[in-house]
Amino acid sequence: MSDITPSQTVGPFFAYGLTPKGRAHWDPNGTYSWKETVGDNLVTPDVTGETIQLEGTIYDGDGVPIPDAMIEIWQADPQGRYASPQDKRALPNAKFKGFGRSAANKDGVYGFTTVKPGAVPGLKGAMQAPHVVFCIYSRGMLRQIYTRMYFPDEAANATDAILNLVPADRRKTLIAAKESRGGKTVYKFDIRVQGDNETVFFDI
Amino acid sequence: MSLVYPTKSLEAFPKHLSPGYRSTIKRSPSKPLILMPHTLSELTGPVYGHDAIQEHDNDLTKQHKGEPLGERIIVHGQVLDEDRRPVPDTLVEIWQANACGRYVHIVDQHPAPLDPNFTGAGRTITDKNGYYKFVTVKPGAYPWGNHHNAWRPNHIHFSVFGHSFLSRLVTQMYFPGDYLFPFDPIFNSVTDEKARNRMVAAFDLENTIPDWALAFRFDIVLRGREAIPLDNDEH
Ligand SMILES: [Fe+3]
Repeated sequence: MSDITPSQTVGPFFAYGLTPKGRAHWDPNGTYSWKETVGDNLVTPDVTGETIQLEGTIYDGDGVPIPDAMIEIWQADPQGRYASPQDKRALPNAKFKGFGRSAANKDGVYGFTTVKPGAVPGLKGAMQAPHVVFCIYSRGMLRQIYTRMYFPDEAANATDAILNLVPADRRKTLIAAKESRGGKTVYKFDIRVQGDNETVFFDI
Repeated sequence: MSLVYPTKSLEAFPKHLSPGYRSTIKRSPSKPLILMPHTLSELTGPVYGHDAIQEHDNDLTKQHKGEPLGERIIVHGQVLDEDRRPVPDTLVEIWQANACGRYVHIVDQHPAPLDPNFTGAGRTITDKNGYYKFVTVKPGAYPWGNHHNAWRPNHIHFSVFGHSFLSRLVTQMYFPGDYLFPFDPIFNSVTDEKARNRMVAAFDLENTIPDWALAFRFDIVLRGREAIPLDNDEH
């Protein structure tokens, strides 16, 4: 057996340390005094592409919104590059980090302002449909759960190797709904942790 | 080249559903997770450099006008991967209760005093040897609503990044010899004793500073192995 350090729950009190300026609004003043490293707005001045809003509600097994969840997203830039040393194509000067954190608010709603990612290389040279990797933490979760969000208006979804691992009747849980609000494009992606319409989570 | 992350390593983790910790009952997936091969999306991960850190971010006793109350402690160690190689330049974040067991968080209303000189949040970046260090005060135990007379053992919450989104780890560091261990369902959600003990820091006399602070050593081992070439690897 390997000797990695086990995971433990993020607990209910992470907000002042991990998302002090975020959507949590647990603080009566709206924010905690601690400085923020990772926020819910991923857009940087140097990034080109379509600005979008990603948002949704996270629900427990009773369909009750989870107010103390934290959502992290990881995504490529609009050209399909990850800002990571593992992606050899990454532009060294790009300010776009592709990483964001959002604390759910009291109604279990999370949200990000970001850009729509491009297609990224997948298995055996095939391209993957544009997607965002989600990592979910909460009180009552002893370890993070991973899922992916896909875009509804992408023909490439039909041939995406990962999406095709998912039983056809459950694939819809991974595809956001596109809306327009005040001229902005909003992708709504609700997360159901447990139950009949449970979001597909990945064992990775 | 690609990093390979054996999923077998995750056997050290708690199960999603650990009914002794009641909140897991409605917050754990009930359908089987879909086994997924790792693509570039999983094998990459965010990078935060030393510019993300400001002075005193890693000294929780110096973030306010005065010194916080409580036992001053040094918490330090190395972030390593599964092959015990140091993980350099990676973000480590902590948050904790004050010496009385009270969090600054607005939802924590248990009747213990807040300390105006203590927030309880810190962050640092590991050096080239994967080494990190915090100065803080020992957090107190606190009650919680899981069951009658439930108290959490003293702990510091840790969030660590590592090489990729797969090595991401949120955990808790405990203190050696805590009498609350046998009663804590979160600590005991890790069923393997050796794995459980990896969450317990070691008292470190060698790095204890005379007349000033006790030291605790807490090494953190993340998922991830050596880069090995794969036939079908295009990256
Ligand atoms: Fe805690």
